[in-house]
Amino acid sequence: MSNIDLSNEETTLSHATLPRGAQWLVGVAAIALGGLALVLGMGIVGAVVIGVLAFLIGYPLWALLVENRRSATDKLITGLVWTAFGIAVIPLIWLVYMVVARGASVISPEFLTYSMRSVTGDEQGGLYHALMGTLIVTGIAALISIPIGIMTAIYLIEYGKGNRLAKAITFLVDVMTGIPSIVAGLFAFALFTLLVGPGTRFGFGGGVALSLLMIPTVVRSTEEMLKLVPDDLREAAYALGVPKWRTITRMVLPTAIGGIVTGVVLAISRVIGETAPLLVASGFNPNMNSNAFDDSPMMTVPVFIFTQLSEATAKGVSYAWGGALVLFVLVMVLNLIARIVGTIFAPKTGR
Amino acid sequence: MTVAADPGADPGVDPKSDLSGRGSVGDVVFRGLAVAAASLILVALAAVFIFLGIEGIPGFNVDAQHYAGQGSFLGLVVPLLFATMYAAVLALIIAVPFSVAIALFISHYAPRRVAVPVAYVIDLLAAVPSVVFGLWGAVALGPYLVPAHAWLAEHLGWLPFFDGQPSGNGRTLFTASIVLAVMILPIITSICREVFAQTPRLHEEAALALGATRWEMVRYAVFPYARSGMVSAVMLGLGRALGETMAIAMIASPKVVISLFIVGTQNPQTIAAHIAQGYKESTPDRLSVLIATGLVLFAFTFLVNAFARWIVARGRAK
Amino acid sequence: MNTTSLRRALVPGITAAALALTISACGAANEKDSGSEGEGTLSGTIKGGGASSQEKGQAAWVAGIQDANPDLSVVYEPVGSGSGREGFISGGYLFAGTDSALNDDEGELTKAKEKCGADPIQVPAYVSPIAVAFNVEGVDKLDLDAATLTGIFSGKITKWNDKAITALNPDAKLPDAAITPVHRSDDSGTQENFTDYLSKAGGWAEEPDGEWPASIKVGEGADGTSGVVTAMQGAGYIGFMDESAARENDLTVASIKVGEDFVEPTPEAAAKILAASKPAGLSDNDMAVEVARTTTEAGVYPVVLVSYLLACPTYENAEDAANVKGYLEYILSEEGQKVSAEEAGSAPLDRETADKALDLVGAIK
Repeated sequence: MSNIDLSNEETTLSHATLPRGAQWLVGVAAIALGGLALVLGMGIVGAVVIGVLAFLIGYPLWALLVENRRSATDKLITGLVWTAFGIAVIPLIWLVYMVVARGASVISPEFLTYSMRSVTGDEQGGLYHALMGTLIVTGIAALISIPIGIMTAIYLIEYGKGNRLAKAITFLVDVMTGIPSIVAGLFAFALFTLLVGPGTRFGFGGGVALSLLMIPTVVRSTEEMLKLVPDDLREAAYALGVPKWRTITRMVLPTAIGGIVTGVVLAISRVIGETAPLLVASGFNPNMNSNAFDDSPMMTVPVFIFTQLSEATAKGVSYAWGGALVLFVLVMVLNLIARIVGTIFAPKTGR
Repeated sequence: MTVAADPGADPGVDPKSDLSGRGSVGDVVFRGLAVAAASLILVALAAVFIFLGIEGIPGFNVDAQHYAGQGSFLGLVVPLLFATMYAAVLALIIAVPFSVAIALFISHYAPRRVAVPVAYVIDLLAAVPSVVFGLWGAVALGPYLVPAHAWLAEHLGWLPFFDGQPSGNGRTLFTASIVLAVMILPIITSICREVFAQTPRLHEEAALALGATRWEMVRYAVFPYARSGMVSAVMLGLGRALGETMAIAMIASPKVVISLFIVGTQNPQTIAAHIAQGYKESTPDRLSVLIATGLVLFAFTFLVNAFARWIVARGRAK
Repeated sequence: MNTTSLRRALVPGITAAALALTISACGAANEKDSGSEGEGTLSGTIKGGGASSQEKGQAAWVAGIQDANPDLSVVYEPVGSGSGREGFISGGYLFAGTDSALNDDEGELTKAKEKCGADPIQVPAYVSPIAVAFNVEGVDKLDLDAATLTGIFSGKITKWNDKAITALNPDAKLPDAAITPVHRSDDSGTQENFTDYLSKAGGWAEEPDGEWPASIKVGEGADGTSGVVTAMQGAGYIGFMDESAARENDLTVASIKVGEDFVEPTPEAAAKILAASKPAGLSDNDMAVEVARTTTEAGVYPVVLVSYLLACPTYENAEDAANVKGYLEYILSEEGQKVSAEEAGSAPLDRETADKALDLVGAIK
């Protein structure tokens, strides 16, 4: 198989190699085989599977015949890694496609501005109440988590370095990241059952539940960012006689602010889609409720999706997809904000 | 902006203050706030235990009728705990090879202009709310996988996992664990990717210089270096899988049972799904049973996470 | 209650922080002008709760009465019959919906009597046919009787071409395929009424209950009506659900043998059940019935859910009394029953029963 072009390489490596572009050759052959399978009526999935298998077996086999076992293994692993990536992308594309395709037809000005109050049968309803509820509940969670999370990170990095409390907190924060979301919901529910009354489900409860899930994320990301602030900066400030707390608020935090904001926004986007804790702690309500402290349930978008699905009607299912699209867009926008903030602040290393 | 007006800025005000400003009023207050916030984490975790305990402990021993037909708390929680672990382990078995492969793809295999968007796309998966995953799994993936269920039951029926009458609608633990795997994949991938990328360049280049193929370089230079990070990634994924509620609750048809069979109509129900499905219509007694199972889940995930940290810490110490 | 004062103390501190958020949240577009044409004079808020089987009916009634009385808010929490009765007894709910009639087996009636100061009013309000839906390719008509249904759901009949089924359906092309019966994995009034039918008419060995018996090892559990509907996508599946859900989702339903005929689940056929049933009330205020599951009367569909409303004959607060009375009267009125029939697919009460119930409700003060 070797041709003149490759003879140079052959002498330097002192053994036979596959021709250049061999993977493309095998690839074309594999596609052809897949096409043949398609023609023979194996269906699109069968054809793709055959094509991929042909490539995964054919390419290493060729390498095994021409080169050696090590090279064949390498080619096999390379093929597998690419295949794994290809397979992992399938659910994402499928999911996004379904959410957009089924959700888009539901979205309308009415859907975004109506609540489900007194909506029966085929009447037009909407998720305005759920959208507002999600913003309020998540807002409360953010108001609780951001100060606590950032201050905890400051303690861990600036004050407690290596002492026992800091070690314990670091460990507990790690463990806290693993709290099942429904347990957070049950906690808030149990807490307010005792404080307010049995069966209390309200917006603030949902906020407390979400903050429990959000705090560890905020601590973690802030901690990472504070670690990146060079010690020279702190020492320079101390040398000028600046008190420690002013050094932190005036030097360290501003330097790390971009990363901290990114981390916080990502933390919000992680909890905004939580369903189980809100189902338990803030309940469901077809009406608009803008008071998080009133002892009545507050609807949120994830719970809206869940309850609409439970309606077991065609309208309910389509509303659920509509809600999914709204939630999806919300999360994507937050992610985008996080990235933009990240890039704006990234080049600056000092003030 | 009024630096001069602040007493903390003037070391002379407080006789105790030294050059670093320690001891000034502002410092004491700020330090106090930081300590308070950090301690609040301790308090919060303790509060979770305490309040779940107060509301849940009565649930250990109520009328037998409140244990979903299982007669006693242990009779209920043991199968639920089994299912919780089983579903999580199944998800890990599916997710870990893919995650490692994709992490390698991003860090070592793909060309850079492909790797960056791929990393972003995988991170997007992490941002999809679990209820959307549940919706997709129940409505789209489940029915699609019905032939796969039948095939598994027919050809691999000698394995206990597939031994029995296959489901006709895909509402099974098999489907649920695939969805669960997709959900934990980004978590494991992103951590693995980071530790792979941190492999010292010199090690990698040394391996290649010795004539190693790319795979051999990964195997002998990257993996040994990344081992403890990979364990920690897997453990984090496990933690997430143990607590995942909605995807399983919305997809698998539930039954409180200890069974390995995953493609049939009676799928072992996890603790989280049991709570989510039982809470909406429950009398106080039933509710305290549910909270008690939640307490067990919390204690269990606490132990798993603590164990994971211990492994990672040990790996780091080496 | 001191808990309320605690909450009041808690509120101001955090409200300031939350204010910025709440300001942005103004009313929903469809709520602003709700029922401006209504001329009713009822005002205030009443809260009830209970059976989730009534949820859709209650939603329709709430919408109806709120349209007519713009200043009235009615809240119905679908928390389940048991919690509904409990809430009624504890005073949390002014009225309650329940799938099983209030009785004294666990002392509930006595407690309710103490709460109300008299025998509580219990009237049937929501009667809904339970359809048995199936999914067998090439079969769009199926006749079943109670004994066969019991056999299928208890796992004794496992194949679609079992003799018991083919004997009832000589013309249907029933395949040699497995039957997967779907039941509810949650506590459900539909399930309680369905198993009650099986046990009274078909020799079902278990106690009728809202929870599926753990001793039955076959079939597929599904959470909620939506779960059952999703499960029904599977070939060879059979399940029971509210008839409206079956219709809404285009499922094929079986006819049930009554006497010598096979009756389809329709609201009309279900509506006749109350007239055919024996009264089982424990007091003059109690209109509970023993549903005639074994009726042989032509055209009556016996697999129905009968759900009741609970209320006190007197309330301490005159406004509450007027509101509960107004709401319940609306529910039992011809219009109210028509609304729930349209929106929730329930069977309108026959006028005789409804008038009797209206007499009881009309005496609330």
